Amino acid sequence: MTTSCCFTLFICGGPLPPFQLQTVSLEPFFLPRTALKKSRRCVGDKNTKSVFCLPPQTFDKILIANRGEIACRVIKTCQKMGIKSVAVHSDVDASAVHVKMADEAVCVGPAPTSKSYLNMDAIMDAIRSTGAQAVHPGYGFLSENKEFAKRLAAEGVTFIGPDTHAIMAMGDKIESKLIAKAAKVNTIPGFDGVVETADDAVKIAQQIGYPVMIKASAGGGGKGMRIAWNDEETREGFRFSSQEAASSFGDDRLLIEKYIDNPRHIEIQVLADKHGNALWLNERECSIQRRNQKVVEEAPSTFLDSVTRRAMGEQAVQLAKAVQYSSAGTVEFLVDSKKNFYFLEMNTRLQVEHPITECITGLDLVEQMIRVAKGYKLLHKQEDIPINGWAIESRVYAEDPYKSFGLPSIGRLSQYQEPLNLSNVRVDSGIQEGSDISIYYDPMISKLVTYGATRAEALSKMEDALDNYVIRGVTHNIPLLREIITHPRFISGDISTNFLPEVYPDGFKGHQLEVGNRRELLASAAALYITAQLRSQKVLGNLRVSSTPVECTHWELCAELGEGLYSMEVEVDGGKVEVSGQWNLASTLLPLTINGTDRMLQCLSRDASGQIVLQYLGTSFKVRVLSKLAAELNSYMPEKVAEDTSSILRSPMPGSVVAVSVKPGDTVAEGQEICVIEAMKMQNSLTAAKQAKVKKVHCKPGETVGEGDLLVELE
Amino acid sequence: PAHPALARPPLAIGSNLCVSFPPERIDMKRKAALVGGGQKRIDAQHKRGKLTARERVELLLDPESFVESDMFVEHRCSDFGMEQDRNKFPGDSVVTGRGRINGRLVYVFSQDFTVFGGSLSGAHAQKICKIMDQAMTVGAPVIGLNDSGGARIQEGVESLAGYADIFLRNVLASGVVPQISLIMGPCAGGAVYSPALTDFTFMVKDTSYLFITGPDVVKSVTNEDVTQEELGGAKTHTTVSGVAHHAFENDVDALLNMREFFNFLPLSNQDPSPIRACHDPSDRLVTSLDTIVPFETTKAYDMLDIIHAIVDERDFFEIMPSYAKNIVVGFARMNGRTVGIVGNQPKVASGCLDINSSVKGARFVRFCDAFNIPIITFVDVPGFLPGTAQEYGGIIRHGAKLLYAFAEATVPKITIITRKAYGGAYDVMSSKHLRGDVNYAWPSAEVAVMGAKGAVQIIFRGKENQAEAEAEYVEKFANPFPAAVRGFVDDIIEPATTRKKICRDLEVLASKKQVNPWKKHANIPL
Repeated sequence: MTTSCCFTLFICGGPLPPFQLQTVSLEPFFLPRTALKKSRRCVGDKNTKSVFCLPPQTFDKILIANRGEIACRVIKTCQKMGIKSVAVHSDVDASAVHVKMADEAVCVGPAPTSKSYLNMDAIMDAIRSTGAQAVHPGYGFLSENKEFAKRLAAEGVTFIGPDTHAIMAMGDKIESKLIAKAAKVNTIPGFDGVVETADDAVKIAQQIGYPVMIKASAGGGGKGMRIAWNDEETREGFRFSSQEAASSFGDDRLLIEKYIDNPRHIEIQVLADKHGNALWLNERECSIQRRNQKVVEEAPSTFLDSVTRRAMGEQAVQLAKAVQYSSAGTVEFLVDSKKNFYFLEMNTRLQVEHPITECITGLDLVEQMIRVAKGYKLLHKQEDIPINGWAIESRVYAEDPYKSFGLPSIGRLSQYQEPLNLSNVRVDSGIQEGSDISIYYDPMISKLVTYGATRAEALSKMEDALDNYVIRGVTHNIPLLREIITHPRFISGDISTNFLPEVYPDGFKGHQLEVGNRRELLASAAALYITAQLRSQKVLGNLRVSSTPVECTHWELCAELGEGLYSMEVEVDGGKVEVSGQWNLASTLLPLTINGTDRMLQCLSRDASGQIVLQYLGTSFKVRVLSKLAAELNSYMPEKVAEDTSSILRSPMPGSVVAVSVKPGDTVAEGQEICVIEAMKMQNSLTAAKQAKVKKVHCKPGETVGEGDLLVELE
Repeated sequence: PAHPALARPPLAIGSNLCVSFPPERIDMKRKAALVGGGQKRIDAQHKRGKLTARERVELLLDPESFVESDMFVEHRCSDFGMEQDRNKFPGDSVVTGRGRINGRLVYVFSQDFTVFGGSLSGAHAQKICKIMDQAMTVGAPVIGLNDSGGARIQEGVESLAGYADIFLRNVLASGVVPQISLIMGPCAGGAVYSPALTDFTFMVKDTSYLFITGPDVVKSVTNEDVTQEELGGAKTHTTVSGVAHHAFENDVDALLNMREFFNFLPLSNQDPSPIRACHDPSDRLVTSLDTIVPFETTKAYDMLDIIHAIVDERDFFEIMPSYAKNIVVGFARMNGRTVGIVGNQPKVASGCLDINSSVKGARFVRFCDAFNIPIITFVDVPGFLPGTAQEYGGIIRHGAKLLYAFAEATVPKITIITRKAYGGAYDVMSSKHLRGDVNYAWPSAEVAVMGAKGAVQIIFRGKENQAEAEAEYVEKFANPFPAAVRGFVDDIIEPATTRKKICRDLEVLASKKQVNPWKKHANIPL
């Protein structure tokens, strides 16, 4: 437990409205690492020197209608405020972290989200049975569902978020655009209405002029969104987006607008109360995206000057006021290279990336949402809102960054260790060692946030944090994250939403080693190999037959790395590349000092045939270390013929088969769609690698497939 | 280089009778022995993706530790022109000797395919028998690297006698010193029985074959068309027949893995389970285990996840990973000490016991018992697999083997019931009743005669409210208490503490002494 001086403290009791003595902390806002189980309403600690103020009487019990990290995030603030928390969960989530953290938990159905986390009846039952007075919806699921908000209102339960009117107005992209226009907010040219058919879509697209963006009217988070550059793509995009929209939001209405090429995605956090007051809490730069989903975010943005920031903030507040918005919300803008900004949409909920705003402003947004929901006035004035330092957030996902910047992967976190040993690091996660990342839910592992007085400091901290993050059992995107935050373009702030495709036109390939780095990597692998060899000779106890270990201080080794072969001479105690450090063969982290440089490596695997997989600079590298003799003999070993992958189609990820477009005997052209796999609510079209006749189809719609499962064979 | 002692001048005996003792001849013979069947055949061997007999030995053993014996032995056949000089190769078709693996003594023979296709002559067999005899007297393991076309047909019955001599030694050494066969080429006909008698048979993918009769004979006798690979390749024997215990990618991979595997083994039945320096803390809490067993009793999980999480450094050498996958067996270390791990695998066929898994488990348990390796058993077993295929196949007889093996074992036995322990299979899986030393149950454990549904159908036959009865049964029996109150499990433990507890128990059990009644030998139901 941290000492209470670090926190803003409250004293309980008092009539409404309570004393509003509160310090705005100049420290970055960090959630307590250990959950505070006891109520902290009454403060009588003699040692505390901070200002005492009253905790506003809000709710006794809040139900969190969500799962994963955001549920945990909300529960932490509930604990801090002395509010009892109720978790809801699906049956597979019964032992999830958010369930363990909450004071009470209710199972609301089986694994599929439509039957559990989106199951309003069950959630309403849970509210009744637990007597929760308010509901925090988190993000996603029911957070922007007007129907849910209505049902809560009908039962007298407070929805911690804006009222139904604002959700409705902003939740519909078409309507929101009209309102924004009316509120004098800059908007993107486009078609303000629902598109009915693919033909309509093409017609409208032609009117607006390519490129266009097709997106779900009810959508958000990049789902049900496609960019089209011609008629053909418009038709395809229309089909995919409506399917995705239907499966994600139960609403297949689409709209089309002008696609702004090479824009930045910058959003303004707003906070409003029920008394007509609204604040803008500065911006978040969210331009680094893949498939329209954010990967790295930062606050503030390197791009905005104070004039633009103020203009955007004021427009955001105008919009919030126009819909009598209350609670926390986010107004998303596209900003072009000339700092023109256009309203994109307003998210009437807590955003995934809210922690970076908390870090630079010192505010606890969840706490503010709870206060506002209870009817309190805002505590702060616009001039109270600071920008203190710089915060970066990396979204750590269970996905393979080498496949179109991230295809979902699943598995069990066999080892998991967050880099909380470092200062100024905040990790928002809802999983722990042993947790399963399943196909049912979002594959996000955590949000890794680092903070610094300057951007450079925050970035360097992020490097360390990524290197110290131990995730085993699932494929994760740390290689990509680390490459992004160390890329010269990112460091200089020269980014746009096209950053990834521009920087990696041929797809992400991991860290590219230079001579010096390669030497470091090879030396590390050799050090590991030799340590293991020497340890093998250490047999303890009284031996009946004496052992004769090989006395060896000089090793001649050969390492294979990628295509290259490198020979090494290693001298133990005295040599050219010096590798030292406090580690052993059981450590997950390898803090090495290589020629005086401190590096944090991780040994991901090591086997008897000399195969060592090391995570170095974020990327995992396969190195095979062999003795000189073994390397010589290995040259006689035949290359095993790899499977001819052009005539077979394997599932690139776990998921379910939505459609199979071919049957045995069909002839497919190169690039023709063969089947569609849905994973984590994303539909992925799999195409033929060559022109051929279909030999055999191994899957059928509705079936669940694993990564690498054979789907279709071609002749 | 020739030994300096041999490089002396020719001895002169008497005045005019000069017996030459030409060191050159010794040197020549040695050199000849080193190239086996000649450079051309060595090249051919390499072209096949195989190493030579000597290269294999060199890679398997510590540098410069090989001490060769019988380099000068030649075959004694004088028929069919075999007596001619060009048909004599010093050392004949096998390289034998002793050496060290990570400093530890081992005896090795490596058949030389470049000399008469590695065929087994009387002399070849004699060389192998010699090192096997030495291994027995010293108490050190024998590793055989097999690469032989079969019997030396020119020698006829002498070759057959040679096989029998080896078989006899395999049998006598069984349970005295560990014997490992690594099949690195063909091994056909009678020759297959030597690997079959050894403790472990490993194969190299694509280049090794084991069969009684080759595809041609199969075709002429049963009219089946089958390739060498299908009939007796590594895949067949590691997945279908269960003859081989593991297969490796190539020679280098296989030999390096043999070194690693050897580290797990004691040198003989006189030695305790070896202890290696260990960095993994023995009191490490494994929190991930607290959530590993799913709530629904019908849902599977991977027993390997439990094993990897508990053992030192997640290092588990699995034996027969692709055969009878409903049971997992293999070697690992706990606080540095080698242990044998046996676990039901809920992921495959619900982890039930059937014929193949019983035999696989039984053989492994008996190896561990023979060589003083403690056995740790993870139990999640719904019972024996029902059905005509199993009954006709003799599940009674084969299931009894596993029961027999566990009951007979006198090494330290630690058992952890992770979930189901139903019916007779509960008894079999190293239960308290079979002299288990320490038997733990996780909170998710349920020891019962059968699952709730089946039990209720019998106990409450004809009763209306089956669901209620089922709930009552679950409440009473589907938990660890019925076994715990009777002392059939020693404790109910938090899964996270399992590693810590096992390490501590093994410390204590290191001095365990238990003997079975005297007998000539036991009579396991074969």
